[in-house]
Amino acid sequence: MSKRYAMAVDTVRCVGCNACVVSCKTENALPDGGFRDWITTETYGVFPSLWMQIRSERCNHCSKPSCVDACPTGASNVNEGGTVLVTRRKCTGCKACIAACPYGARYVHPDGYVDKCTFCLHRVNAGKQPACVETCPTRALTFGDLGDPASPVSRLVSARKNLVLRPESGNQPNVFFLIAST
Amino acid sequence: MSVTRRQFIQIGGAAVGGAALASGATTRWWGFDGDPIPDPGTEGDRVVASFCELCFWGCGVKAHVKDGRVTKVVGNPDHPLSRGMLCPRGAGATGMIYDPDRLRRPLIRRQKRGEDTFEEVSWDAALNRVGEGLLEVRRKHGPEALALFTHGSGGTWFKHFMKAWGSPNVGAPSYAQCRGPREAGYLLTYGTPLGSPEPIDIANARVITLIGSHLGENMHNTQVQELAEAIGKGAELVVVDPRFSVAAGKARYWLPIKPGTDIALLLAWMNVIISEGRYDADYLAKHAIGFEELKTHVADKTPEWAWPHTGLRPELIRESARFIASARPASLIHPGRHTVWNGDDTQRERAMAILAGLLGSWGRRGGYLSFGKMGAPAYPLDKAFPHPEKSAADRPKAGGYPIGGEVIASGLCDATVPGQALYDLKAWIVYGCNLLQALPSRKQTIQAIQNLDFIVTIDILPAEVTGFSDVVLPEATYLERDDDISAPAYKKPFLALRQEVVPPMYDSKPGWWIAKELANCTGLGDYFPWRNARDYVDTRLRAGGFDVAAARATGVVLGKPVATCEEEGLPVAVATDSKKIELRSEQLAKLGFDPIPQFYPPDEGPPGHFRMLTGRAPTHTFGRTTNNRLLAQPYPENEVWVNADVAKALPGFAGPLKTGDWVTLVNQDGARSGPVRAKVTERIRGDCVYLVHGWGQTAKRLHYAYGRGASDAELVTRYKVDPIMGGTGMNVNFVKLEPAEKAV
Repeated sequence: MSKRYAMAVDTVRCVGCNACVVSCKTENALPDGGFRDWITTETYGVFPSLWMQIRSERCNHCSKPSCVDACPTGASNVNEGGTVLVTRRKCTGCKACIAACPYGARYVHPDGYVDKCTFCLHRVNAGKQPACVETCPTRALTFGDLGDPASPVSRLVSARKNLVLRPESGNQPNVFFLIAST
Repeated sequence: MSVTRRQFIQIGGAAVGGAALASGATTRWWGFDGDPIPDPGTEGDRVVASFCELCFWGCGVKAHVKDGRVTKVVGNPDHPLSRGMLCPRGAGATGMIYDPDRLRRPLIRRQKRGEDTFEEVSWDAALNRVGEGLLEVRRKHGPEALALFTHGSGGTWFKHFMKAWGSPNVGAPSYAQCRGPREAGYLLTYGTPLGSPEPIDIANARVITLIGSHLGENMHNTQVQELAEAIGKGAELVVVDPRFSVAAGKARYWLPIKPGTDIALLLAWMNVIISEGRYDADYLAKHAIGFEELKTHVADKTPEWAWPHTGLRPELIRESARFIASARPASLIHPGRHTVWNGDDTQRERAMAILAGLLGSWGRRGGYLSFGKMGAPAYPLDKAFPHPEKSAADRPKAGGYPIGGEVIASGLCDATVPGQALYDLKAWIVYGCNLLQALPSRKQTIQAIQNLDFIVTIDILPAEVTGFSDVVLPEATYLERDDDISAPAYKKPFLALRQEVVPPMYDSKPGWWIAKELANCTGLGDYFPWRNARDYVDTRLRAGGFDVAAARATGVVLGKPVATCEEEGLPVAVATDSKKIELRSEQLAKLGFDPIPQFYPPDEGPPGHFRMLTGRAPTHTFGRTTNNRLLAQPYPENEVWVNADVAKALPGFAGPLKTGDWVTLVNQDGARSGPVRAKVTERIRGDCVYLVHGWGQTAKRLHYAYGRGASDAELVTRYKVDPIMGGTGMNVNFVKLEPAEKAV
């Protein structure tokens, strides 16, 4: 089976420290105000009965990416391992993909093209982990090939209770949020 | 071939035409038209190993340099404290070195202190001015009239200077304004302070109890790594915090305690554990004294007794006590770090230490460990240091604090106002610490500075304190300099090297150079015989028989892991005079203090006021990083946390306060903060508000941080001194909220 890159984010381990965010910014030389990943904190309940979930979020590299369908120029494309990428020279910055993405994963780079998470394919192809995964002090992030049932990410997703964001979108996202079993 | 965007759109429109609808389908092919994977090109053509200075933890880093510029800083996998992972601050080091507001050239003040008006001068002119200033103080008042305030690993060069100069007045706010009460509490109970990194076994604990510690929001990297590791192995948390912290969000039990009443809770926990026989009786019989007295002392401190004090339901106290005891000895009472809260802090830490004793966790896996240290011989000096004739001036004239440890920085500040201490301080060297944020009561700090004959500041940024200095010396950031060896005690002892990654920018200089030049211009050059820091470190490494080239390549020298606990064959050892865990402290009794901690209800604030609590954001190290444009992106400014219920009807507000609204905080003495946004949340009790420390900077030359967010330091006009060790409890200030128009 061909490669299907995916990520598991362990919300039980994640403390929302933003190390993933800052390391992504330096690894990918992102412009001021541009983010390819970010932290979301959700709190439910009323004091003192509270429940909280912290997630390190990014592009879900969907199996049915609505951004790619929306792109009029073919700049948004599905690349190696199912990774959704933007070809800068084809991008007109029209923002159709931004409107189509259910996750707010894209932003307009000051140079005029739309930018987003690449799963650090330039690192992955060199045998390294994505920058966010490498730095995460809580080891909350696991990247790998969902097509390989023996890969750590496949094992985590099959063994642990998990959820994906906005499953109703029909996009079939490939970032899985591991949650507590109880 | 180059095609402009405009041309491309035209070409695309003409050529694709009707195929546009199908574009999604065609681009779905993997590797469609052979697009290259974009490489941001940040991999260095040189990679230098060093250790981080964005906070004091000292994690190993690898800095990537491309075309002479540091592109990224990542964790060094060989370094035991980072293990290849960095927190956001460490990863944000490029935001520090390329901060446009950095000090670039030496400055000499031209107007009144505090007016922040300077003239750029040459290093020669600046050093001459410092030499004259210091020597004049020495002539008039003796060498002891000089004090050094220091924070960070570059401070070693200036501490060395002080030894050569002959003054014992070397203080760091990291003691009496931070971890001091903890050190005193554990010293009294176990005979040893804990130090840094704390010798605790988070990774192997089955229950971890955090009392006011918001680990995960304070990013002590190794500890957060271990916390996640423990959680991954099924460890559970008990979190005592008025705020639903990140750790509380992961806890089995969250105890939203009324601030200032932790001792009541701790006594009630002990009551449950002792009265239900859940303590480690064999361990206590072997290793502790004073158990019977403790048992009597807590006999009436039931959860029902603690309830009205703490606001915590008796069942919650009872259940959590049983839960904590169920995991002993692998039940870790985390000792905390920033522990200067209410002035009774040594006793609170004592109560935590005693509880750890009841659980039998001192010297046991999953509890408190014993770490080993790897040494490198000192640099050989031909000349002996002079002996200061006077002891440090950090104690008030009327009497000091009996449990000593380190010099009290706030005490040195007090001793600068004439007549307060046994003798007066007349000159300060301030290295890498913004005393206006670090010490309590800015007013007192400024008053002290105005009494000085001379003050010189060494910093990388124009921090607030530089504005009050006579001379400001621009230091190179850690990425631009060598420093002394880092050799903290750890379970795997190690040495780590600080190495220059790129040459100093502008006219900044490394601390080792500045200290050596200060010595040269004050006649103390003989004490600095090394050519430079690299020569100094290499000499030490060679004397220790270490492979210098290998150490420079990896940035670390790794020692052999040591036995850290009973389970690894190391007998439980207690270093008190009695060689026992002192559940009751005879030493405290003799000094007139409670030999077993007692609970005294905290002072209440004026009506309509909230107790002001402060803490950390994971992206920032106090005020040191608030001007870092990279770290500012995920966390641009602090907010004041206000309980959602309370926010519905605040006095003075026309309607309910909402998240994002601007407010001003006004404390019980009328001190006012700048405008700060409200965070209205269920995640905090209604009797307190919370701010991340370090914001609301008043230094205009910090162009990002200036006036951004609220300064808690501005609102700490009062503090309560811990009578045992001199710590300055700062959670004794109360604020009310007023609507504010908009931020400046």
